[in-house]
Amino acid sequence: MKAVLGCVALLAMGIAPALAAQSSTTDEIAKYRAALQDGNPAELWEARGEGIWKAPRGPKRASLERCDLGLGPGVVKGAYARLPRYFADADRVQDLESRLVWCMTTLQGLTAAEALKNRFGNGSGARSDLEALAAYVSSESQGAKMDVPLAHPKEIEAYRIGEKLFYYRGGTHDFACATCHGEEGKRIRLQDLPDLTTPEGARAAYTTWPAYRVSQGEVRTFEWRLYDCFRQQRFPELVFGSDAAIALTVFLARNANGAPFAAPAIKR
Amino acid sequence: MGDPMKIRAALMGDETEVKVLMSHEMETGQRKDGKGQLIPAWFIQNVTVTWKDKTVLAAQWGTAVSKNPFLSFRFKGGAKGDKVTVTWVDNRGDRRTDEATIA
Repeated sequence: MKAVLGCVALLAMGIAPALAAQSSTTDEIAKYRAALQDGNPAELWEARGEGIWKAPRGPKRASLERCDLGLGPGVVKGAYARLPRYFADADRVQDLESRLVWCMTTLQGLTAAEALKNRFGNGSGARSDLEALAAYVSSESQGAKMDVPLAHPKEIEAYRIGEKLFYYRGGTHDFACATCHGEEGKRIRLQDLPDLTTPEGARAAYTTWPAYRVSQGEVRTFEWRLYDCFRQQRFPELVFGSDAAIALTVFLARNANGAPFAAPAIKR
Repeated sequence: MGDPMKIRAALMGDETEVKVLMSHEMETGQRKDGKGQLIPAWFIQNVTVTWKDKTVLAAQWGTAVSKNPFLSFRFKGGAKGDKVTVTWVDNRGDRRTDEATIA
């Protein structure tokens, strides 16, 4: 009996320092992020994206400056904080990336395959135009209040589907987004996971994408974040710009409404 | 010739604070590609910062410096409107020069 008690005492002693170490590690990561935020390499993507936005491209030699991101043709300022939304010309709800692909195909005459080539940069030679454009467009919403509309029937439908997808359990691991993101204090290794079911969690998470991922040397967009979450859940590949990807984005972006937009951020 | 650098220079009392963000792959020469082939080293080797024809910083870099490096330092002197010029040269002999005005 004594031996058992001893074990319990040892265990209890072992747990307390581990918890303290965990929170101090989190603090250190926060410090690391703050130190990096001042020379965020995402600025290099923003500059490249601005160049791509203004350059005449495609068979029609048109720039994206006539592209309507929801606030009128060519209006970039504040546009990202109001996306995704319903677009009458496309007759569907679109997020920034799918809207950019739409503009590339309709205004510039590119094929969808050309527009989607290198949708995610590979960390070295193959750079992504979409990631650079997303960095530029989202940077023009810095400080703007998240204000995702939920008025059109298709926007409401997308929100409902996104909510369903968020809680839908499946795949080889019987996982849902909510398995990791539906409770306070969950983490993967040292990364704290936001609880996306609370407004605070959704705001903190959604307003810091796109972000420069130090470990990948690339700016990643929200489409990439969802794509990689699906991969980590062992779900089928989330198709870029699909209704499912956009629906989840609507659900999370809408839940972040009211928060000041703060991306492009920097992440581990 | 690489992509443009982002340079900020600000007067802080009698010192000038310079912050430079460079666009560079900074390959260490130790990574392998998808086919198992070694990716050759490719990194910025020399960085020079000049102000009024005077070198205020000269650095020799190696492969331990991160991709898309960020450099921040201060030097004594400088006045609003002065130009600060930054040049890097990599191990392939490629170079890039950009300048900024002290604000």
